[in-house]
Amino acid sequence: MSAIRVILVKDLRIELRTLQSLPAMGLFCVTTFVIFRFGLDRTSLEGSLAAGVLLVTVLFAALLAINRLFVAERDEGGFDAIRLAPIDGTALFFAKVLALFFYLAILEVIALPVFAGFFLDDASGLLPLAGIMLLLDMGLAATGAVISTMGANSRARDLLTPLVLLPLLIPLMIAAAGATEPLLAAGGPSYDGVGTWVLTMALYDLLFVLVGYATYEFVLED
Amino acid sequence: MSINMPSLRVMAFATVAVLGLAFALVFFYAPNDADQGFIQKIFYVHVPIAICALIGFIVAAFHSIRHLRTGDPIHDVRSYVSIHMGVIFGTAALLTGSIWARAAWGKWWVWEEPTLVSFLIVFLLYATYYPLRYSIEDRERQARYASVFAITAGAFVPLNFIAVRLAESLVHPRVFATADGGLPPEMMLTFFVSLAGMALLFVTLVRFELAAKMTSAQISRLRRALDSEAPAASASRIAPAVPADQTA
Repeated sequence: MSAIRVILVKDLRIELRTLQSLPAMGLFCVTTFVIFRFGLDRTSLEGSLAAGVLLVTVLFAALLAINRLFVAERDEGGFDAIRLAPIDGTALFFAKVLALFFYLAILEVIALPVFAGFFLDDASGLLPLAGIMLLLDMGLAATGAVISTMGANSRARDLLTPLVLLPLLIPLMIAAAGATEPLLAAGGPSYDGVGTWVLTMALYDLLFVLVGYATYEFVLED
Repeated sequence: MSINMPSLRVMAFATVAVLGLAFALVFFYAPNDADQGFIQKIFYVHVPIAICALIGFIVAAFHSIRHLRTGDPIHDVRSYVSIHMGVIFGTAALLTGSIWARAAWGKWWVWEEPTLVSFLIVFLLYATYYPLRYSIEDRERQARYASVFAITAGAFVPLNFIAVRLAESLVHPRVFATADGGLPPEMMLTFFVSLAGMALLFVTLVRFELAAKMTSAQISRLRRALDSEAPAASASRIAPAVPADQTA
């Protein structure tokens, strides 16, 4: 437990001092919204289109962070240090999942209001939407941490992580889109079928946290 | 595979016999579909191929679990071969599905058919197995990562089918959903014979590929032993290493 905390605090401190990932992700989100504004030629969005724009933007912003998640470990010998340290390898997994979860949550604190300001006529769905986004973040973080470790230790590096991760995330994105769409519907949020999608997302999160927990030791081993 | 399995020759003949019987049933015994007519017969090829591919993926996940638990590379080779054959069968399933969609609904691709869409997503995920595997140079790490991938993807398969099924409003009648109750007995029989034939084909091909891998590993070992001065040609980069004590 304390190992998780130490690694997590280390990661957050590095991010706070260097500001490598978060500002880039935020900027990426805002720019992508602007591109969607012209790509779709719409000044306001609702329903499935709004859900799609928001989720695709967050997904690709998350890929930026996921790609960078293990750069320090790879370049500065962090993987070896973790292997040498008398701690469980899964501590690294949970620390990275939490770090990624925090990055994404902070990103959405920026991205959601900007999205609402740019495109939404009615922002009353934002609060329940924040809950959906947290479930999404957890799924992104759990799968992202495992695949990113593999990517960091491969020759293809930055290419491999998104390649493997995108198809793996499709069920999560399906569920997130299904849950987001009624919340951003024209004429105020509705809760039709949101429960089923929330359950699906929770199942996805649980499954991949467990798979990550069970297999991470083997990803780390050398 | 264990010693109790029938020889490859027996398996090959059994596959030809059962598949031949299946095609005879498809063309001469099973009635034409009242709605779709003759084209519906592609169902007897498409669905068994897809089922075999999915089972191959799940089997690969179990081999991978055993590989990680025991560290024995033979399980990694089996997992690799299962996924490899699953991807080949998956390609065939997508092609036949596309042909069926064109004939039945007039379009090469139909997003309203949840099983086909789920299958495409699963296929896309397993297609990344090769770039993942061959971007890792260290053999042991390659095998471990491939196993972690196979387990993750194996857990992904059922979840993906749930998610896609929920996302579709089920506007199209689905043939397979009626396979339990709605299908006439002639069609049921034909379908199960086809399924048995395809399953035999899958297992036989897997065993042939395993045997080929074992043999080529043995040959390169013998070559090295014969000519120990000059380094032998390095083993194939597009196939997992086979352990020294595990030859066919």
